Amino acid sequence: MSVLVDKNTRLIVQGITGKVGLFHAEQSLAYGTQVVGGVTPGKGGETVLNGRVPVFHTVRDAVEKTGANASVIFVPPPFAADAIMEAADAGVPLIVCITEGIPVADMVKAKRFLQDKPGSRLLGPNCPGIITPKQCRIGIMPGYIHTPGRVGVVSRSGTLTYEAVHQLTTLGLGQSTAIGIGGDPVNGTNFVDCLKLFQDDPETEGIIMIGEIGGSAEEDGAAFIREHVTKPVVGFIAGVTAPPGKRMGHAGAIISGGKGTADAKLAALREAGVTIADTPSDLGSTMARVLGAKTSA
Amino acid sequence: MKIHEYQGKELLRGLGVPVPQGGVAFTPGEVKLVAADLIQRTGNPVVVVKSQIHAGGRGKGRFVEQPEVGGVKVVKSAEDAAQIAEKMLGNTLVTIQTGPEGKKVQRVLVEQGMNIARELYIALTLDRATGRNTVMASTEGGMDIEEVAAHSPEKILKESIDPAVGLQAFQARKLAYALGLVDPVAPRFVKFLLALAAAYDRLDCALLEVNPLVVTGDDQVLALDSKVSFDDNATFRHKELEELRDPNEEDPSELEAKSWDLSYVKLDGNIGCMVNGAGLAMATMDIIQYVGAKPANFLDVGGGATAERVTAAFKIITRDPNVRGILVNIFGGIMKCDTIATGVIAAVKEVGLKVPLVVRLEGTNVELGKKMLDESGLAITTASSLRDAATKIVELVQP
Repeated sequence: MSVLVDKNTRLIVQGITGKVGLFHAEQSLAYGTQVVGGVTPGKGGETVLNGRVPVFHTVRDAVEKTGANASVIFVPPPFAADAIMEAADAGVPLIVCITEGIPVADMVKAKRFLQDKPGSRLLGPNCPGIITPKQCRIGIMPGYIHTPGRVGVVSRSGTLTYEAVHQLTTLGLGQSTAIGIGGDPVNGTNFVDCLKLFQDDPETEGIIMIGEIGGSAEEDGAAFIREHVTKPVVGFIAGVTAPPGKRMGHAGAIISGGKGTADAKLAALREAGVTIADTPSDLGSTMARVLGAKTSA
Repeated sequence: MKIHEYQGKELLRGLGVPVPQGGVAFTPGEVKLVAADLIQRTGNPVVVVKSQIHAGGRGKGRFVEQPEVGGVKVVKSAEDAAQIAEKMLGNTLVTIQTGPEGKKVQRVLVEQGMNIARELYIALTLDRATGRNTVMASTEGGMDIEEVAAHSPEKILKESIDPAVGLQAFQARKLAYALGLVDPVAPRFVKFLLALAAAYDRLDCALLEVNPLVVTGDDQVLALDSKVSFDDNATFRHKELEELRDPNEEDPSELEAKSWDLSYVKLDGNIGCMVNGAGLAMATMDIIQYVGAKPANFLDVGGGATAERVTAAFKIITRDPNVRGILVNIFGGIMKCDTIATGVIAAVKEVGLKVPLVVRLEGTNVELGKKMLDESGLAITTASSLRDAATKIVELVQP
């Protein structure tokens, strides 16, 4: 089993005729994902990838013609919030926005728009996407480092997710599903949503949660873990050495007004019973230890 | 992106937010002219000379060269204004926000003196928990708001803005009366706040703080100080704001990095690092500290790291005189490790290598990438994991 995406997921790609969109559409197709269509306004009626994927003018057309139930967005920042809202208006249940650099004001509006569309879930923006190994790849992650298995991964950072996934694969633990929730201050799906999904997924035995400085999403996740998560959770927070007031790459990775420090997040996670990995090199081995202890108990 | 107080006030004035009359000056001579003009226009001999740097706490700050002078000074004539400006311009102001090295003052704002009856606090910023912009207001104007938030959070009032309709007048009225304002000040405050919220939207602000907002003896409501910063993601639709950037206030290496689309933040350690991905870059800094050294920088080369960008990143890192060793940590997913190895080798050949370099590659074609580095004939140490890489570079730097 898995969460959110599996072999039945039917994916469309918004911005499929752009260089990055096309490249990753091809990668997802090669991974075995059902890429059923693409959207580029003005290019409806064309096809890409040797005629395998039809292109539509609008998301609504694409959904009607293909029965898509997921969309991935590779649209440039000035138009990305509009693309998110278009997908929600067309009733797409899962909208994954990869675009980095969307103005905060645009995301504030898009998030408000999504409140009236309870049938749509947004993942991202500024995220690597979501993958259920050997079934469905949505986003920009290297597919081959993943292997089906027992650990759910949720992270605000792309490359740190790969780091965790690679270790889990090497150790033979594998992943049920790996989810990148993105590094922006205003996003869709958060830690709590993913923790709940993994807790309810019978094939996820353990959860790796990777956070970073800024905001309070990790603290919210910790509070949820304490109340509702019975599966073992291994955590890591990036940015212990980050100075306050400086944006560390991700728009959301900033300590402001003394809030959002790594120390505060680590304390909240520890208090919730999460096992903290000392370094990102220890994520997989820490999970192996925690799961091993659990199975032998 | 941050701007100076005077620039923020000019923007606000243009968008209908009341601010005191005043103007910027770069020399004592200009200060005298601006002050004389102000005194003539207002009929009030009191003017304020305010040092312009991108840091708060200026009033309580002190100049290194003139310890008896603060960063903000009230004077009673154009001559006195010029005299005090003489002591500020070209000198280094140290405030609680500048760090001990301080910041050089190269411009001052000359402003009309105000008869202040009350000082309040107003700010607009994003509330990440709700994904909405929020107005924060407090009677504790002029105070350090972080301190107020820590010690008496009940003194900070909040109104969340629904992005579908924007800030509404009733919300501004709620705040006005909760702050204890009465007519005729309350309706002026409402008008002020609605204009401020419109300015926040119009300019794509990340923070718009007025501290203090003042009520004058004759019941006017004005922004006596303002702090404006912009959402860096929205600069593409505000080309006009780019002119307000003061290069003297920014780290030259950070500016150069930006031109290469690299994300770089200078720190005070001695291990330079180059990483792909913001989270992994932060984690690399953390692991350097974990094994007993300190990172010299944060540097995210991003997903599409070309040989040119890797070279630019190397140049920026090696320019920092504190750097005693470099750690390159790349998880090559879509970007293949042999491509990255090519970039690193080209960069080292072009820039030269005066300090130890440890490279940790993981991902696609990792064996080929490592082999290329090992056979390059360059003094590059390869590592098998992030922990291994951090340990190696620290050993090489601290034998």
